[in-house]
Amino acid sequence: MDPVFLARLQFGLTAGFHFLFPPTTLGLSLVILILESLYIRKKAGIYRDVSSFLIRILGVVFVMGVATGIALEFAFGNNWSAYSRAVGDIFGAPLAAEGVFSFFLESVFIGILVFGRRRVSPKMYWLSAFLVFFASHLSGLWIIIANSWMQTPAGYAMEAGRAMLTDFWQAAFNPSTVVRFVHTILGGWITGSLVAAGIAAWHLLKGRSREKAALVLRVSVIVFAVTAVLQLGSGHAHSVQVARTQPEKMAAFEALWQTQSGAPFTIFGIPDEKNERTHLAVRIPRFLSFLVGFDMNTRVLGLNEFPKDERPPVFLPFAGYHLMILFGLLFIAMAVWGAGLLARKRLGESRAYLKLIILAIPLPYLANELGWIAAEVGRQPWAVYRVLRTADAASKVVPAGNILFSLVLFAAIYTLIAAAGLSIILKLVRRGFDEPAKAAPQGGL
Amino acid sequence: METWALLRNVWFLLVGVLLAGYSVLDGFDLGVGVLFPFLARDEREKTFLVRSIGPVWDGNEVWLLTGGGALFAAFPHAYATVFSGFYLALMLVLFSLILRAVSLEFRTHDGALKGLWEAAFVIGSLLPALLFGVALGNVVVGVPIDAQMEYAGNFFTLLRPLPLVFGLLGLAAFLLHGSAWAALKTSGALQERARRTARKMTVLTGIFYLLSFVAVWIYLPGALKRIAAWIFAALVWLSLGFLISALKRRKDGRAFAFSSLIFLSLWGNIGAIHYPNLVRATDPALSLTITNSSSSALTLKVMLIIALVGMPLVIGYTIYAYRVFKGKAGLDEAGY
Repeated sequence: MDPVFLARLQFGLTAGFHFLFPPTTLGLSLVILILESLYIRKKAGIYRDVSSFLIRILGVVFVMGVATGIALEFAFGNNWSAYSRAVGDIFGAPLAAEGVFSFFLESVFIGILVFGRRRVSPKMYWLSAFLVFFASHLSGLWIIIANSWMQTPAGYAMEAGRAMLTDFWQAAFNPSTVVRFVHTILGGWITGSLVAAGIAAWHLLKGRSREKAALVLRVSVIVFAVTAVLQLGSGHAHSVQVARTQPEKMAAFEALWQTQSGAPFTIFGIPDEKNERTHLAVRIPRFLSFLVGFDMNTRVLGLNEFPKDERPPVFLPFAGYHLMILFGLLFIAMAVWGAGLLARKRLGESRAYLKLIILAIPLPYLANELGWIAAEVGRQPWAVYRVLRTADAASKVVPAGNILFSLVLFAAIYTLIAAAGLSIILKLVRRGFDEPAKAAPQGGL
Repeated sequence: METWALLRNVWFLLVGVLLAGYSVLDGFDLGVGVLFPFLARDEREKTFLVRSIGPVWDGNEVWLLTGGGALFAAFPHAYATVFSGFYLALMLVLFSLILRAVSLEFRTHDGALKGLWEAAFVIGSLLPALLFGVALGNVVVGVPIDAQMEYAGNFFTLLRPLPLVFGLLGLAAFLLHGSAWAALKTSGALQERARRTARKMTVLTGIFYLLSFVAVWIYLPGALKRIAAWIFAALVWLSLGFLISALKRRKDGRAFAFSSLIFLSLWGNIGAIHYPNLVRATDPALSLTITNSSSSALTLKVMLIIALVGMPLVIGYTIYAYRVFKGKAGLDEAGY
């Protein structure tokens, strides 16, 4: 088997699995910070109790994120050593900075959140919640900086086949960093707030801890609703950026085979790369041009503009991009429904809405993964856009057999910890908000 | 060019500091991880030991992640050569660290599979504790490297006498550090057992240190011409001596300080015999050094600013967190 393909598969599996956890942490840490802020202001025990409950869940999610993140820190050396040599002058720094500025902060203060409620003052506890929130978002910024540099490299010069840093700020805040950061963070807020809302909804449907569940539901549905609407704007801005800075990626997202002014937006279709056409296409005329340039006649580059060996695959980016948008629109519909219920003070009463929230929990995860797949596959055949090909990025001394071995073990271990982690989180949820102190965590976070 | 050379030397030191910080901090929870089923006589004692590392192990492990990131950023060629070259061995370390990270958490919540997660925690602590030294020993004694800076050996190349002795030395030192921590954080019979284990491990560490020294003498005779190697060696022996006396007098805090000092001296020792190499090659002309493996002066400078801003903060709030959780580990929530 092709070692580059196996290395890509392994990176996809390990990064894709890891990417289940950080978005959850982003959103949960926000909901927890809001609840702790309410506790500091109103001093009612109910805020503390529901926050402590969510912190127990955050603890499990966080540990799984840490465990699965370790492999990624070293994956570039393990499987992508040619990449590490070629762009290490730029790519290593954000990873190291993430450790220095974010991982330490996050892991030290989540220790205080999980174990230290009675050991620090309420203000210090609030500060810990804030620092966990802050550090997890800062961590997101560094990793998005690293990944965005692969999408839209800047602030470097090529010297003997290696990209050397010439301007740190240009490299860090390259043309896609900010918009991709906002988009990813909002995706995390949608994810974490829907998880919290789903847990609350389950309690309400069972008629358990009504007051506490209603509080969590209210806070998290407000976060969810606001974020879902904001995400429409950030998604749009991100798409415009892609069209401007990586036109072949946008052409793949939209299966736009030929350059057109007045390009249509394809709502549905099955791209056929061999014949360069889209079967069963349903299109809105001129809408892509309008979205990209705010003008019905904007000229949008098609795949025909690019040499065949520089075109991304079309099917995965197309499917990922469109499904992500579909889920995003669904979240907005849920946001509107939720806002209506909130306005009439009947949020906890609509059983249909509560059930919908629970059923929708997997969708933000799917949307995150699909968006990520669209972004990364859409960058192919490049590891670093127009700088380094993926085929030239893999380790030269790691044979396919070794990668297959580690791939199988990764799959086995991740299956095991996914099953165990999920069952533990479900157990914590069933145990509920009113857990007595004796069941407090002992060993891990 | 002058500044560049200076920056490379600073980063050689800083990567060493990060790895030394890792071994001092994560070292004790790796050690507790291997020892806890043997030190504890019942569930209650197991819980004491696990709780003694519960709030801090995760922050400790970040030292390794940051050390790896710093190596990548400062010396990308060394990072690339070692992590691709030692692929299978490092995969074993990775799988161990992954299982170890979740098993402590899962053990608490998953009653049915408690035994499985405990075993995963022990093995997940044991393998890294052993393999870190083996990997370091290879980098120090030298491995086959080709003209493209790529590793030219195989998995079995890694299992030579000096690396294996380094591995055993590392393991003994981690166990020593873990038992010194356990003595500090527990009380009663469990504490007495931890102190006895710490004394045995001190002796074992001394023996493997002596063997390592002999191995260096045989395989890297030139390395011992440096006076610094002897100074750090003296520090190791002094620390071992003070450690034994502290344990005898039940000064657990002082004992833990000396077991930390042992790690720092060992790293000083490594630096003294290894500088300016990052990965020694069997053919010395092909070695990866701080000069031929480093990033640009600009990247090293940016990284230095990041380190100078970030690390004092890290040290500050890490000390704060240890103070929050100071004292003996207990069973009630207040005793975390």
